[in-house]
Amino acid sequence: MAEAQPAAGGPTPQPDGADERIKDIGGLRNWLVRPELGGIVGTIAVFVFFGILAGDSGMFNAQGILNWSVVSAQFMIIAVGACMLMVAGEFDLSVGSMIGFAGISIAMFGVVWGLPMWLAILITFAICIGIGALNGLIVVRTGLPSFIVTLAFLFILRGFTIFIPQTVESRTIIGGIEEAAEGDWLAAIFANDIMGWLFVWLADIGVIETFTRGTREGEPVVSGIPMLIVWALVLVVIGHLILTRTRFGNWIFAAGGDAQAARYVGVPVDRVKISMFMTTAFCSTVFACCQVFEFGSAAADRGILKEFEAIIAVVIGGALLTGGYGSVVGAALGALIFGVVQQGLFFADVESSLFRVFLGVILLFAVILNTYIRRIITGER
Amino acid sequence: MSDTAFHHDAAMSEKPIVEMRDIEKHFGPVIALNGVSFDVKAGECHCLLGDNGAGKSTFIKTMSGVHKPTAGKILFEGREMNFASPRDAMEAGIATVYQDLAMIPLMSVTRNFWMGREPKKGLFIDFDKANSTTMSEMKKMGINLRSPDQAVGTLSGGERQTVAIARAVYFGAKVLILDEPTSALGVRQTSNVLATVDKVRKNGIGVVFITHNVRHAMAVGDRFTVLNRGKTLGTARRGEITPEELQDLMAGGQEMAELEGSLGGTV
Repeated sequence: MAEAQPAAGGPTPQPDGADERIKDIGGLRNWLVRPELGGIVGTIAVFVFFGILAGDSGMFNAQGILNWSVVSAQFMIIAVGACMLMVAGEFDLSVGSMIGFAGISIAMFGVVWGLPMWLAILITFAICIGIGALNGLIVVRTGLPSFIVTLAFLFILRGFTIFIPQTVESRTIIGGIEEAAEGDWLAAIFANDIMGWLFVWLADIGVIETFTRGTREGEPVVSGIPMLIVWALVLVVIGHLILTRTRFGNWIFAAGGDAQAARYVGVPVDRVKISMFMTTAFCSTVFACCQVFEFGSAAADRGILKEFEAIIAVVIGGALLTGGYGSVVGAALGALIFGVVQQGLFFADVESSLFRVFLGVILLFAVILNTYIRRIITGER
Repeated sequence: MSDTAFHHDAAMSEKPIVEMRDIEKHFGPVIALNGVSFDVKAGECHCLLGDNGAGKSTFIKTMSGVHKPTAGKILFEGREMNFASPRDAMEAGIATVYQDLAMIPLMSVTRNFWMGREPKKGLFIDFDKANSTTMSEMKKMGINLRSPDQAVGTLSGGERQTVAIARAVYFGAKVLILDEPTSALGVRQTSNVLATVDKVRKNGIGVVFITHNVRHAMAVGDRFTVLNRGKTLGTARRGEITPEELQDLMAGGQEMAELEGSLGGTV
């Protein structure tokens, strides 16, 4: 930065021997090569679009904001794991199955087999992170594409998710989780709302509405910030700091950028990749916990297609499918775009199947943009 | 370029930093190396020449800890070493710069420079230190970076080699192995890399320069060893051998001499 040259107005000799053929790239181009660019532009566009289309539909009052925030936060949680894994050069297609599997696991241990809920949650985390490690180990040891290995686990996990409750309980939806989790300290971390006082105060001064009928009459329409959103933000911040500021983050980029070159300078590439598979599994399990305690039930069909939604959010966020480049903040913005569009179409009263059309189109645009940006960064022609 | 006269007699008389004795390496039935001896001293540039398939790559991979020799000894500062991995060799002070695998193009120069040894301040990388050191080390090697955040992909091939060499030197390499550093470069970039090699040597680092280009070798080499079919054909000092003789040795003599006649001495 100290060496930034003033824009050269011709082949004037530079005093310290700077190359006169290198143009001053300027601020705009610097911004253009940031991975978050697509996410930022997309986010602004989406908000402007729905501000016009659905501005008076309740999408931007307290309840409406909560609605799309929760959906976005769900995408964010899995996008953080998928992003870091993609930067490390791998995919995980078993995310969706892992979500279903983790939910059923909590329900089986906590409800059917009667363990304390905190223990059921901890066991589930251990199993899922273990499966993540197994995914990573197989990829690293065999050198097979993670696409195939995790595709196998997509089916293996989904199969067990249906088989286990079906065999033990003769059903694939297990309820009664709310009762079993009553007063449990660990379940509370995934299920509760926080900062309820803020919303009571906001209702008092008339910023947000209160219920006017029913048992909750007088209470604010939004009772607090769901822990789901807190988890999403915390994971995004931690993920971003790890990736951009720590030594380990540097190794994640290196493992995805060029594994062999990284190995030659002593980066433990295999360990980095395996730990990223474990991180993805962790994020899937957090997602499952929040979902299970919010719904009060676990179902074997939960999480279908989530792996692709996570990958799309990450790609919109500027990550390269080939690894070595990406941003957690970008992925979070990708997730936000997702949530806003999915719920916004509902608020704007547009046929919801169009959401898939939108997904496909934006994915295509994002990939083309990313390829172009990659050429700028590496100076390829 | 500054003084490139070769007065290294003081250095030449010292003991070698690395000595490879009668190294053999077999891959199954294939004998890649059949008794190769080689050494490098502080402050010299020892060129290892050989045609494709002569065993150069196998030999330097043995030296840098990638392969274990089937027979023979590796002595580092007089002690016998058993490198289990490139990391072991690196820690001893043997750094290798590979032709295309030196750098990760999508990452910044700073991130590449410090990779595997990032300076820490608390939990995080100390980017102030990392960036300023990178800039000043690159300046020493004659490269002015626009910014330490610049992606390595925007650098030329010669500059990438130079970053990798600067990195090895900064982290205290005693022996620097350069694997065909000039083979993919243009004229100008080649002379830059050769100038860098000269600077490194003057800092007292032993340089092992692998090449099949006799002219590049003659430009910086103090000693020359020729490999042919897994064996050394001998080591010569600067001044004791002509480029034509080196070329002949590399090619294994006869046919090359005939070819050279018909090509008018252009190879």
